[in-house]
Amino acid sequence: MCSLMKDKAKILDKEAMARILMRIAHEILEHNKGTENLCLVGIRNRGVYLAKRLAECIKRIENQDVPVGILDITLYRDDLTLVSAHPVVHKTEIPFDINDKKLILVDDVLYTGRTTRAALDALIDFGRPQSIQVAVLIDRGHRELPIRADFVGKNIPTAKNETIEVRLVETDNIDEVIIVQKE
Amino acid sequence: MDWTRKDLLGLEELSKEEIKLILSTAESFKEVSTREIKKVPALRGKTVVNLFYEPSTRTRVSFEVAAKRLSADVINIATETSSVRKGETLIDTGRNIQALKADIIVMRHNCSGAAVVLARNVDISVVNAGDGWHEHPTQALLDIFTLQEHLGKIAGLKVSIVGDIAHSRVARSNIWGLTKLGAEVTVCAPEILIPPGIEEMGASVTNNIEEALAGADAVNVLRMQFERDTEGAFPEQLEYFKNFGITEERLKKAKKNIIVMHPGPINRGIEMSSEVADGLNSVILEQVTNGIAVRMAVLFLVAQANEQNEKSTD
Repeated sequence: MCSLMKDKAKILDKEAMARILMRIAHEILEHNKGTENLCLVGIRNRGVYLAKRLAECIKRIENQDVPVGILDITLYRDDLTLVSAHPVVHKTEIPFDINDKKLILVDDVLYTGRTTRAALDALIDFGRPQSIQVAVLIDRGHRELPIRADFVGKNIPTAKNETIEVRLVETDNIDEVIIVQKE
Repeated sequence: MDWTRKDLLGLEELSKEEIKLILSTAESFKEVSTREIKKVPALRGKTVVNLFYEPSTRTRVSFEVAAKRLSADVINIATETSSVRKGETLIDTGRNIQALKADIIVMRHNCSGAAVVLARNVDISVVNAGDGWHEHPTQALLDIFTLQEHLGKIAGLKVSIVGDIAHSRVARSNIWGLTKLGAEVTVCAPEILIPPGIEEMGASVTNNIEEALAGADAVNVLRMQFERDTEGAFPEQLEYFKNFGITEERLKKAKKNIIVMHPGPINRGIEMSSEVADGLNSVILEQVTNGIAVRMAVLFLVAQANEQNEKSTD
């Protein structure tokens, strides 16, 4: 598989990623006028770690804790067998009542919008939040559904034969975002 | 670890890794039943047929609940009211269900091996919900899941299975599953209810209940199936309770936190006393709850594997 990949280019390094997350945290707080009723929900896998980091940023800015939930959307996909031959179901852990909350749905990359669609369906099954806003580290375009992000770390126009790889210390031992071209 | 089987027929044929995959998938599914809306769309548009040649309430209802929580459509066929009465063979029945474009057959049958025969003759998934005295894989999986939830592991545990071992598919599936995961299994019953060959499966045998309970981390108490005793070979009910029944007295000599399981339905005062059934060591109702998560995992895994297999043969 690796032999098919070429032209790796680094888009974000550790410092740039940290600045972006701090900026998004500020934007979330500005838009929502503080932390009241605010909750973060990360989409497995990397969205969870990004949500936790955003919660840390918010804590540093406002000295307030915001709850962080974990959403596994495997059971809500419309492409169960398309993405991976054998999807593995992980736990969803939302240990708070989402009714009337302002939810920030966090993911690493926004692409076709199908993951976000699945996540919205899953969240609606948990209750009726006051609002759902979407925060992503990278928006790479090519939407197939009418979905947009409220908070974007970086817009990266891509070709379809390119992929974005987000690597985080928690999962990959390094913080970086790279663009990879498939042959 | 990938799940690639279109069917779940028994635990004998599964690897340790496959069993662990079902258990970890079930762990994820357990959360669904705690939601306000207890439903996910994973099997939306799929049809599950419950084909039951033997009367069953709890297993059938558990499978039905599991399928519905995955958004599948469920059809129940009880053979007393079906064309099986008119002489249709199992294979023909299976092919007819397949022609209806159902996706999964969950079958309970009184003949050992029936699930294997059906699975070989249809392309859709078959889940064995108990075949004769052979296997009842989802019951053993939910027993193991419940044990693991309480004790954090299976390897190294001492588990005793008490009761009618000879006629029990639950015992057989439990022995396969538990020994594959590294537990030590002892079966305990009157001599007449110990089938030949049980030691070759990896279990030790005793006829002494005190011995079975001593040092055990868990005891799985099976129902005495008096309805199967056509030859009058079974012990009298009271005599059985006196010699093998699980009582508070007997538990006092066992490990303090010994886990007491029973697949249901319980015959109170025959296999165990009411105090034990309702006592602090009993996890009998948790088993029922966990059964749904385990069956959701199994239905999801076989459906997804079969879809994948179809794609690769296109």
